[in-house]
Amino acid sequence: MSVADIAFYAFAVVTVVAGLMLTISRNPVHSVLWMILSFLGAAGLMVLMGAEFVAMLVMIVYVGAVAVLFLFVVMMLDVDFAALKGEISRAMPLALLIGVVLIIQISLGIGAWVEADGALGLRDAPAPHGVDNARALGLILYDKYGFLFQIAGLILLVAMIGAILLTLRHRKDIKRQNVLQQMWRDPAKAMELKDVKPGQGL
Amino acid sequence: MDALLREYLPILILLAVAAGLGLILILAAAVLAVRNPDPEKVSAYECGFNAFDDARMKFDVRFYLVSILFIIFDLEVAFLFPWAVAFGDLSMTAFWSMMVFLAVLTIGFAYEWKKGALEWE
Amino acid sequence: MTPSDFQTVLPEVVLALWAIAALMFGVYTGKDRVAVPLVWATAGLMAALALWIGLAGQGERTAFGTLFIDDAFARFAKVTILISAAAVLIMAQDYMSRTGILRFEYPVLASLAVLGMLLMVSASDLMSLYMALELQSLALYVLAALRRDSLKSTEAGLKYFILGALSSGLLLYGASLAYGFAGTTAFAGILASLQGEAAPLGLLFGLVFVIAGLAFKISAVPFHMWTPDVYEGSPTPVTAFFATAPKVAAMALIARVVFDAFGAIPGDWGQMLAGLAVASMFLGAIAAIGQKDIKRLMAYSSIAHMGYALIGLAVGTVEGVQAMLIYMVIYVTMNVGTFAFILSLERDGRPVSDIASLNMFSKKEPLKALAMLVLLFSLAGVPPMVGFFGKFYVLKAAVDADMVWLALAGAVASVIGAFYYLRIVYFMYFGADQEPADSRMAPVQWAMLVAVAVIMLAGIVNLFGLEPVAQVAAEALVR
Repeated sequence: MSVADIAFYAFAVVTVVAGLMLTISRNPVHSVLWMILSFLGAAGLMVLMGAEFVAMLVMIVYVGAVAVLFLFVVMMLDVDFAALKGEISRAMPLALLIGVVLIIQISLGIGAWVEADGALGLRDAPAPHGVDNARALGLILYDKYGFLFQIAGLILLVAMIGAILLTLRHRKDIKRQNVLQQMWRDPAKAMELKDVKPGQGL
Repeated sequence: MDALLREYLPILILLAVAAGLGLILILAAAVLAVRNPDPEKVSAYECGFNAFDDARMKFDVRFYLVSILFIIFDLEVAFLFPWAVAFGDLSMTAFWSMMVFLAVLTIGFAYEWKKGALEWE
Repeated sequence: MTPSDFQTVLPEVVLALWAIAALMFGVYTGKDRVAVPLVWATAGLMAALALWIGLAGQGERTAFGTLFIDDAFARFAKVTILISAAAVLIMAQDYMSRTGILRFEYPVLASLAVLGMLLMVSASDLMSLYMALELQSLALYVLAALRRDSLKSTEAGLKYFILGALSSGLLLYGASLAYGFAGTTAFAGILASLQGEAAPLGLLFGLVFVIAGLAFKISAVPFHMWTPDVYEGSPTPVTAFFATAPKVAAMALIARVVFDAFGAIPGDWGQMLAGLAVASMFLGAIAAIGQKDIKRLMAYSSIAHMGYALIGLAVGTVEGVQAMLIYMVIYVTMNVGTFAFILSLERDGRPVSDIASLNMFSKKEPLKALAMLVLLFSLAGVPPMVGFFGKFYVLKAAVDADMVWLALAGAVASVIGAFYYLRIVYFMYFGADQEPADSRMAPVQWAMLVAVAVIMLAGIVNLFGLEPVAQVAAEALVR
């Protein structure tokens, strides 16, 4: 076994075990941490397949941002997770059964896997040799697939509008800072200088 | 492919060392440390009292808004990487394609600014 | 990308630019104060786009390689989507202003959702299918939770989002299996790779997952669980929106996928769609009987109607697709009228939606009750209303294609389903003697209700020439 093989098995085991722990751990915060480990394992697998850019994206977007968001969400919810887990364990046998059936079906499907004749030749953008990932992606993503790229931009816009529309509350009962107003304040109007004579007061 | 993976070897070694070191430290604590638990010693307390409540408290939803806006711009930046790497060989279409993309997200940014989503009360 | 590509997607570009412009205009001027003009302008633009697409579009054009296709089928669906979305926007404006949920983002999100639908029906590649579907769904998730202080609306948004995300996952899994088999995501490429051989097991899994993912979007049984809760919990205008345009888009998308990508193996998806159709018709008809809330009832009604439309697809012929298109247009029209009525119901100034509040409604508002009677008869498929012809075309297509059992199942289910529509009519005319709810309608809403009722009666002459247009659209899809 080469180093790459060992690394593959290590990452694969880490990914699957972390995924399992993510579903069964009792503490939701631990679940999120397991999820991060699972993402890390997945990123390792991506590198082994030569998809460096995707691996780095998994690190930046999923580990860096999505996991943090999940932590926030977990902490934001005022839910008694221990009680929830109790409910889940009641449905567990059925869920396990369905899961096992699905796994058997899918492995049947994958086991009998065939490709269409010439499928490899039909591929639109096979990874080019001697060009690194991000560059190869950059050469087609904005031009050939520019249409999809623009839709992605619109989806991000919708996400932005949606997040603000659903969570932003404008509170009226608090004082806000208005920088412009502060800067344009005229000292002549804002304060008054009085020459106080000693011993007399105002 | 192998050349590519060889570049990642230092990271792999680093990972192995980090995981190994972490495991050794945890196991060392479990094996070597003196452990003498008694119920009073291991019970949770707050300032000398028993714990009143769950230590976890509810976060304000505003944290969520900040983090989701962060993710959106994070993704936008993720789209910029391949563009920047391949910049020298890009066609004009690709260049303007990115400009339009950035314009759409700038519109979104202007919207959230004007809406006050960036203010923390 | 070439200039001619842009020419092909010009209507979509206009709509996207409009959404962005409306967003900027709204946030930099009066915020929610400009919402009413924005709603009207958006509806006007959609109607104009519908005219443009309907009149100017000709032939078949593709754009951006294989990503986008503009043919008669897509144009038919687009016109239906745009007109129904515009109608729902303007008829709900009064209700939304009254209940204080008319934010200026509403028309913006609605335009973006409609943009997603337009792209969906024009998708000719698994990638553009997915992106367009997500654009549409994401905007709709937000709309479902629009009344964010209401627990039910939030629940609706969350349920819709989680199950929608699950369905997207299924769809992606199926798409990746199809890509793995064919080596390309273009529908034409998948179709070509299937010619002359039986579909292998792996690809069938892909097909199943893709159809399951899409069946979520049209709420076909057994992927319907979210529908009643989302319909009940969302603000009524949003429910009206859910019940119309997205259903057309998703149905057209299923048609596009099964014919353009998997057209070589009609037997495989035909039986799946037939199963979905039968289950939807019966569950929709039976589960609606016990409902007390009219929005929940409409949810089950839409499940059943999707079942009938699926019959047309399951048949797999030009007549079948034509019948499906006609059915969808009639369904959308009926739903616009029905929701115009539901939106108007209120008691002591607060919107109500329980069926009991319709008791003896005919005494109070005879004209509206009559219009509603026509609509309910049409929904039930009672001849000679137009709704009957929708069912008739679908069942006839099934019989012509030697799927008599499917047609029989449809007929039986429609008899069962007629019960709960007629029960509402019974309440309105002979119900318990109690004070019915008030019905407050803006002029547009009233006009919409009466116009749809008139259409349901007048359309029996020639369906306003719908038949030949639908045939051209169906022939563009089935080759």
